[in-house]
Amino acid sequence: MTWKHTFKTSLAGLHTNRSRSALTILGIVIGITAIMLVVSLGAGAQALILGQIQGLGTNTVAVIPGREPSGPSDVTSLYLDSLKEKDVTALEKPTNVPGLQSIMPVVFGAASTLYESNTYQVSVFGGTERMSEMFDLHPSEGYFFDKEDVISRSDVVVLGSKVAEDLFDGNSAINQKIKIKGRNFRVIAVLPPTGGGSLFNFDDMVVVPYTTAQDYILGIKFFNRLIIEAKDGADVDAVAEDVRLTLRESHNIDDPAKDDFFVSTQKDLADRLSTITSALTWFLVAVASIALFVGGVGIMNIMLVAVTERTKEIGLRKALGATNRDILSQFLLEAVLLTAIGGFVGIVLGAGLAFIIAIVLSKGLGVNWQFVFPWNGAILGFGVSALVGLIFGGYPARQASKKSPIEALRYE
Amino acid sequence: MPNSVIDVKNLAKAYHDGQTETLALQKATFSVKKGEFVAIMGPSGSGKSTLLHVLGLLDEPTGGEYIFAGKNISEYGGDELAKLRNQKIGFIFQMFNLLPRTSVLENVKLPLLYSNVPESEWDKKAREAIDSVGLSHRLYHEPSELSGGERQRVAIARALVNDPEIIFADEPTGNLDSKSGKNVMSIIQNLNVKQGKTIVLITHETATAEHAERILHMIDGEIDNDRKVERRRSAEEEFVK
Repeated sequence: MTWKHTFKTSLAGLHTNRSRSALTILGIVIGITAIMLVVSLGAGAQALILGQIQGLGTNTVAVIPGREPSGPSDVTSLYLDSLKEKDVTALEKPTNVPGLQSIMPVVFGAASTLYESNTYQVSVFGGTERMSEMFDLHPSEGYFFDKEDVISRSDVVVLGSKVAEDLFDGNSAINQKIKIKGRNFRVIAVLPPTGGGSLFNFDDMVVVPYTTAQDYILGIKFFNRLIIEAKDGADVDAVAEDVRLTLRESHNIDDPAKDDFFVSTQKDLADRLSTITSALTWFLVAVASIALFVGGVGIMNIMLVAVTERTKEIGLRKALGATNRDILSQFLLEAVLLTAIGGFVGIVLGAGLAFIIAIVLSKGLGVNWQFVFPWNGAILGFGVSALVGLIFGGYPARQASKKSPIEALRYE
Repeated sequence: MPNSVIDVKNLAKAYHDGQTETLALQKATFSVKKGEFVAIMGPSGSGKSTLLHVLGLLDEPTGGEYIFAGKNISEYGGDELAKLRNQKIGFIFQMFNLLPRTSVLENVKLPLLYSNVPESEWDKKAREAIDSVGLSHRLYHEPSELSGGERQRVAIARALVNDPEIIFADEPTGNLDSKSGKNVMSIIQNLNVKQGKTIVLITHETATAEHAERILHMIDGEIDNDRKVERRRSAEEEFVK
């Protein structure tokens, strides 16, 4: 028998047992749909998070103060105040870090703001004029502070959307004075709401020049972060290494194990986050695989029943001239077709659901959630379901094909 | 020799059931000539079905020699036997053995699927075979929509579709009422009388057996009588009556 006719015969076999075929497929469909959905949503979440990190620029290097405690008693040596003005000066020297484009010291803390009788607890974020670009902050009203404000410790403040709303009850905040730590600050800009899906939420923050924040609000002489932008085309890892060497020299550290700072690049962060999201995705895939496994067991049961039930048919076909191979390929193809159809439907259904969810998330949460077609999930799902068909359909088919024609024909 | 389709010598078939060995067939020696109509008779358990299955290449003998269409079948493997069954043998079973939920036309085409006949001729051959048993009006019916007699006629059409050298019929009227049975018998007999087909038929009724030219009588796995039918009955006349 030619393959074409084996194929036709198998299709006819599935067709004559429609309802049983459909039920068999159902298990596979659910399993594959679950896997596709999980993988697609996982990839979408990963793309979203990585996209936001990439939005900060892949050429940024962050310096974080502190050291891992060497033991439980080592509490005094956390070195959270290790980054000072002199470090900035050292890093800005082109001979130390040739690839450095700009450096932004960052400080943060908490404070309460006051306008007339309204008070509001906020996070204070101190940076430079570069912030606006780095964090993609575009005021809905007013203008961000400039370099001059940073140098002269201006008493200017940029309000997060919630802060402005709570303090001013919907009235325009621009050029109004608010009090922070008893000092008057002029509101120069209000930020738009950042939305729920964003990595950084500035809604509850006020942004001021870091110099102002250090001296008049937080009263500290150190920095919480240094954010360094590398020049276009510069090797970010090399810049990070230069930063390390410079800071060690500035801090008189010989042993890298005693560093009182961490240097991390956006790439490090992206790598870490994508490791986490991948791990999460594959964990969920493992959970979804249970559904697929149950589907596989269902197929095995039905295949065993089907082949047993059709032993007479096998006997008849052999009596009419079918060879063992004809029988084997017919039943094998039926099983594989069945699972492949199930796999295909599952892939389409899973991808379709993921697509709808992507649209709902984009519209509902206002985040830029991209639909990702999970090729790996599709290939995995399709492969596994075809394999399930081959194994669970193949064994009973082989048993059936080996029977003598009369034995099969007489089977009751 | 070249004139005989079946030539068996001391053919035997034993079944093993644990320690005990049952001889279902022994010392069967006879020939069936081309164009001959032979009935095998005997009570149930006499081994007539076993003999038919071995002759029809559905089961392998455990002893003796079997020359089918000039070929010693002990030299043949499974695939070659399947090919012989497909091209040279037509089966008619007591239980019809049609594929359920499959049209008459598709059922009759089934042997062609495993043959070398080009697909373009399948439809024509199947329709001719169905026409010859008078069921042209039932082409697209499923077996469940047919009467027992009609089902057996579909099975006969299926047995004929590959134009076999020999037809084996295993109690073809055993499951039919007498009228349908006579109709089926008249078709089978006409295959022999009008088309010269070689036929081996199993039955336990003398009346049915007497439609053949020759009766082999079996008991306890052995052929105890091999006789010519003196006054052959005509199924067609009986059916018309």
